[in-house]
Amino acid sequence: MDLFRAHVLVCGGTGCSSSGSGELIARFESKIAENRLEKEVKVVRTGCFGLCEAGPVVIVYPEGTFYSRVKPEDVDEIVQEHLVKGRQVQRLVYTDKTAQGQSMSLDEIGFYQQQKRIALRNCGVIDPENIDEYIAFDGYKALAKVLTEMSREAVIDTIKRSGLRGRGGGGFPTGTKWEFTAKAPGDEKYVCCNADEGDPGAFMDRSILEGDPHAVVEAMAIAGYAVGASQGYVYVRAEYPIAVKRLQIAIAQAEAYGLLGDNILGTPFGFRLAVRLGAGAFVCGEETALMASIEGRRGEPRPRPPFPAIKGLFEKPTLLNNVETYANVCQIILNGADWYAAMGTEKSKGTKVFALGGKITNTGLVEIPMGTPLRQVIYDIGGGIPGGKQFKAVQTGGPSGGCIPMKYLDIPIEYDSLIAIGSMMGSGGMIVMDEDNCMVDIARFFLDFTVDESCGKCTPCRIGTRRMLEILQRITEGKGQDGDIEKLERLAQNIKATALCGLGQTAPNPVLSTLKYFRHEYEAHIYERRCPAGHCQALLNYTITDKCRGCTMCAKSCPVGAISGVVKELHAIDQDKCIKCGACMEKCRFNAIIKK
Amino acid sequence: MAEENRAEQMLRLQQAIAEHAHEKGAVMVLLQAAQSIFGHVPQDVQQMIADATGASLSEVYGVATFYAQFSLEPGGEHEIGVCLGTACYVKGSQKLLDKLSELLAVAPGKTTADAKFTLKATRCLGACGLAPVLMVDDEVYGRLVPEDVPGILAKYLGQ
Ligand SMILES: Cc1cc2nc3c(=O)[nH]c(=O)nc-3n(C[C@H](O)[C@H](O)[C@H](O)COP(=O)(O)O)c2cc1C
Ligand code: FES
Repeated sequence: MDLFRAHVLVCGGTGCSSSGSGELIARFESKIAENRLEKEVKVVRTGCFGLCEAGPVVIVYPEGTFYSRVKPEDVDEIVQEHLVKGRQVQRLVYTDKTAQGQSMSLDEIGFYQQQKRIALRNCGVIDPENIDEYIAFDGYKALAKVLTEMSREAVIDTIKRSGLRGRGGGGFPTGTKWEFTAKAPGDEKYVCCNADEGDPGAFMDRSILEGDPHAVVEAMAIAGYAVGASQGYVYVRAEYPIAVKRLQIAIAQAEAYGLLGDNILGTPFGFRLAVRLGAGAFVCGEETALMASIEGRRGEPRPRPPFPAIKGLFEKPTLLNNVETYANVCQIILNGADWYAAMGTEKSKGTKVFALGGKITNTGLVEIPMGTPLRQVIYDIGGGIPGGKQFKAVQTGGPSGGCIPMKYLDIPIEYDSLIAIGSMMGSGGMIVMDEDNCMVDIARFFLDFTVDESCGKCTPCRIGTRRMLEILQRITEGKGQDGDIEKLERLAQNIKATALCGLGQTAPNPVLSTLKYFRHEYEAHIYERRCPAGHCQALLNYTITDKCRGCTMCAKSCPVGAISGVVKELHAIDQDKCIKCGACMEKCRFNAIIKK
Repeated sequence: MAEENRAEQMLRLQQAIAEHAHEKGAVMVLLQAAQSIFGHVPQDVQQMIADATGASLSEVYGVATFYAQFSLEPGGEHEIGVCLGTACYVKGSQKLLDKLSELLAVAPGKTTADAKFTLKATRCLGACGLAPVLMVDDEVYGRLVPEDVPGILAKYLGQ
């Protein structure tokens, strides 16, 4: 490989690509060529760096200077100053919002300091479309070790002892699942990867596939060896075109290097991978539905048992794991089960990636040891709530999870502690909400999602969730009735107990958890016709304060004639006539109209 | 669109059928190919897929209507997708959708009378760091407020 004096790493993840990182790369390349630096400086399109808030992100090595929100017109300056003259462009250097002053390099930024990157180790570090870079970072070493030094049983034993649990939501012990599949009778077996990533607000699987696709390819080959499968499928959401493309490139490169195909590394083991695309159905993240979809059918779940380990894809024993689960496997093989088990808590080992979003300063991806308190993630790493607003809740587990209030911020993050407080780990979405978010509306939002995504096969889910949504809708519209809360609770219990698959069984969770911790908000909507967060349009009242000069603009703009008053005197709004269109507020030049 | 175009599209579908029809799970793969070639999946195309894979037309129709990505009707010239994923929703993406709905005089999921735009509410686009986000065709716009919407529309109306 050629030696370069400097490397310019440009994030090519979805977030940064959307904010124009592709243009940056082209600009860097042309400017570097103009300055005849192409033999000295290399531009690399990497995967996601995690700190999407600061995107598009550019890092220049060897210094590790972290430039944020770089615009195409900034490129000339970076090339001229930094690459030609060796002076950092201070104006563009990322300022750490959690500490004072400026941070210079990746290692000094608080956002990264408290993380432990295992699944994300190569994301933002290597060029995901270049297998040589992956190999240079110990890539395919784990596969070689497994094929040449380890028995199938030893591989399974290592994964079991590491304590790794499924990162797709359920948290089932991964080694045990591998063992079940390995022991299932049958000589034709499959290995699948769940990259359907349905939780709206989680994007770690996408970032891993975009930033380090070979890690998943390698781990699936290892899994194939361990359970005795020679064919694997990766089921990816169709909404992730960049991930699909990089995965396909990775598979083709691995085939060209003889790391997929027959007789891998000269051993009798052979393994092939194919990519299958989803088509926009959340329920296809559920394992039996996912397999139905790969078979080309409607993605409807079926009752278990039989579990996929016994009867899965094409009726054969099948191992299914999540992307992030696989992304841990090679590191466990290389560093040993004890190394992995030393991180985390007693029942939740290792690290977990979370997607921080919503009302939080540093939106992006973070990977932290299990057991880290929520408060540390939200305040120390995430930088807290922007705009001086009050924290209200953090939502984890997506449509299957719940909202966690302030009083639980000090619990350690692990599978069981989150379930104990009515939420769950899920795939790792972590959406922060502040005082402006209405918790009844958030519950309605999630129910709206499940009603839309219910496949319709079982009645509790198809009809029950719809009834719940109707009740929530009328509460947010100011038409809640006495007894609605009790009805919601009864429906929730029945749906949980009787729905066919995880989608229905967990759909009531967002309602139950908000009812548990924010019941007063429901009650305010129903009994006082008031939305404490000031969010629900129908419950807002427009009023005129004594700032009013009596200019009559509001009265003229009101489409329903709800405003009365004499010129040069205080006007008033008739609340019964008001349709809450907000036209008066827009017209008022004295900020005399408020909504509450 | 012109007739010769349709012939060309049919040819591409034939190629996809030749390549994939024998694979396991071919119905999905071929519907995806058809959706990307035609922009929707008309009935004669569903029939072709059924014939090629040995599935019945009702099975193909069942699959086509199950998944949100397949549409049976042609869409507008540009597709606008407003992300209603959780991260975008808590940052006010519903207001973007309402604004678009108002400006285009069309309900979410529908196409404008002049067939210029199809307005959709989409799931998480995986760009949550830029929330709230909307997408016009393949272009993503992030960190938006409702006031940005007219400017974005103007870009596509100009041409
Ligand atoms: C409604 C529903 C949606 C799911 N969505 C996903 C998903 O998007 N990604 C995922 O990895 N697992 C998802 N799961 C969990 C899978 O069924 C399965 O447990 C998991 O992929 C197994 O992999 P793991 O053991 O590595 O976590 C979902 C489950 C349900 C019930
Ligand atoms: S929630 Fe909108 S991009 Fe993820």
